[in-house]
Amino acid sequence: MKLFTHNMLSSKVVNGVKVGYPLRIVAKDIKISESEFDKEFVKRIISKINWKVFVNAAKQIGYGKDLSEELINNYENNEEYLKKVHHLLMEVEVMNGELICPETHRVFPISDGVPNLLNED
Amino acid sequence: MKRVQYLLWFAHEHVSFRLHEIESIASVLKIPIKWLEPPTDKPWYLVELPSEEDVQKLSARSVTMRRAIQLWADEPTVPRLHASLKEKCLNGLLEPYKLKSFKVDVDLFCNSQTQEEKLERIESFSYMPFQGHVDLKNPDVTFQFIEYYGLDPKIIPENPIRTFFGRVVSESGRPLIHELSLKKRKFIGNTSMDPQLSLLMANLGKVSNGDLVLDPFVGSGSLLVAAAKFGGHVIGTDIDFLMLHGRTRPTRKQTRHIARKDESIEANMIQYSCLDKYIDVIVADSALPFWRSDVEFDCILADPPYGIREPTERIGSKESLPILKKEGSPVHFPSKVEYGLNEIIKDLMWFSSKHLKLHGRLLFWVPIFRQDYNDDQMARHSCFKLIGNCEQVLTTFTARRLLIYEKIKIPQDTDECSSAIPSASTFREKYFTHGDEYRLTRKQKKAEAAKNKEIWFAKLNNVNVK
Repeated sequence: MKLFTHNMLSSKVVNGVKVGYPLRIVAKDIKISESEFDKEFVKRIISKINWKVFVNAAKQIGYGKDLSEELINNYENNEEYLKKVHHLLMEVEVMNGELICPETHRVFPISDGVPNLLNED
Repeated sequence: MKRVQYLLWFAHEHVSFRLHEIESIASVLKIPIKWLEPPTDKPWYLVELPSEEDVQKLSARSVTMRRAIQLWADEPTVPRLHASLKEKCLNGLLEPYKLKSFKVDVDLFCNSQTQEEKLERIESFSYMPFQGHVDLKNPDVTFQFIEYYGLDPKIIPENPIRTFFGRVVSESGRPLIHELSLKKRKFIGNTSMDPQLSLLMANLGKVSNGDLVLDPFVGSGSLLVAAAKFGGHVIGTDIDFLMLHGRTRPTRKQTRHIARKDESIEANMIQYSCLDKYIDVIVADSALPFWRSDVEFDCILADPPYGIREPTERIGSKESLPILKKEGSPVHFPSKVEYGLNEIIKDLMWFSSKHLKLHGRLLFWVPIFRQDYNDDQMARHSCFKLIGNCEQVLTTFTARRLLIYEKIKIPQDTDECSSAIPSASTFREKYFTHGDEYRLTRKQKKAEAAKNKEIWFAKLNNVNVK
């Protein structure tokens, strides 16, 4: 599971959960893969993600310590910055671990890189 | 200067998808098409396009087209075609290509030719002042001669009704169909979509570079591969945990006894070198909300379960049945309930009304029983406009239809959605019973015919004896 995906997931499937976002990550096993830097795509996904959640998620799994708390101005033209964001969003993958609902603390397992969000009553 | 006319020459399959595909690609690439002839079911479109580069870009993505041809002659008969070409050659039409290596391809639509006849046809162009040598494998220029004999294979006229000759400007995206062949694909499932239809869906969905594409019933990921090939970044979800982990029963008959190993959607992405476009797959129930409330996709492609080769089920508790729980098993098995096709589709449309970008496209297949089919049964939603409804015939009595929707407005509380497709269980029932009936009557007819034959032989013998 990439951090980009984490940024889009919630635990609203759990009964009674109002927001269910962001999910807390517990990473047991992380893989760094290589993915071609696509500047246009990174710019597009930055506009699609919740920045604060992204920064926190990266920190929870021990990455992104030098990432700015706020999205910097003029990031569109800062290639170095975009590459860093690309690396964290698309190349850092949680292979095994857990996603935890912020309200009910229900645990959703991640195995072989695939999160399982089935609400198993 | 005379404007350049192009002939888009098509393969004669998936005819009803053709126009939608060309229009969708042209819209993605922002290429204006000027129709020189209104589009018909005949295997060509006659168009005017701004530049040769545009023609190349357009045809490179098409999987219904075979090649694009710069039209040099378009005549009702072969002698007139030759006359027209002769005159044009005198005016220097061939000048730029005179010294290049070349070949001439001949296509007969709705007729056939022997190798000799083909050579004869090629020879008939010998008056053209070619000076380059013939190169069948890697020519600098390819010319295309086409004889069209109509659309009805039962009535083939003696002479072609229309003839074309021109220079091939570019080949289509059809080689991709072979590149993505299911035969060589690492991971396939029982319901993997064939590559041509997957690529068609990506085109009809107007997938373009940098798009975020979702398949909510991803299965073995056929639609994702096609979308990734056209530049989409892809995400899939599926309720089937074993499928997404590549641990279902092997699909290929020859290797049924060997468990799947290293098979996954990701492995397919690696195989087709589009791993960069792969985001993730998630085990989840598409009927429930699990996305952040403001997530927005650029395109949603789906092939929902029909209940023929995969069950239409979702997680839910059946009051009467106890929840399945295997003692000591680390994996928990949630119980599942039947999930009708109309419910699946309505859920998909409600979901898309929220999570698809404005003017983005939603595509999905529905199975239909041909004699019961009625356009009005198809799903509607006040946020969506139906752009296309194309049929792929499966058997004498069944077909599936690809519905193409475009989101035309932002959702409101007053939105409405309806879908009255004869339900999946009915379809399933009919699919099997009708097939049985059909086979039964055929069997009875056969038996009757055999009996009649016997009687007839007996009579014949009687006559002979007498």
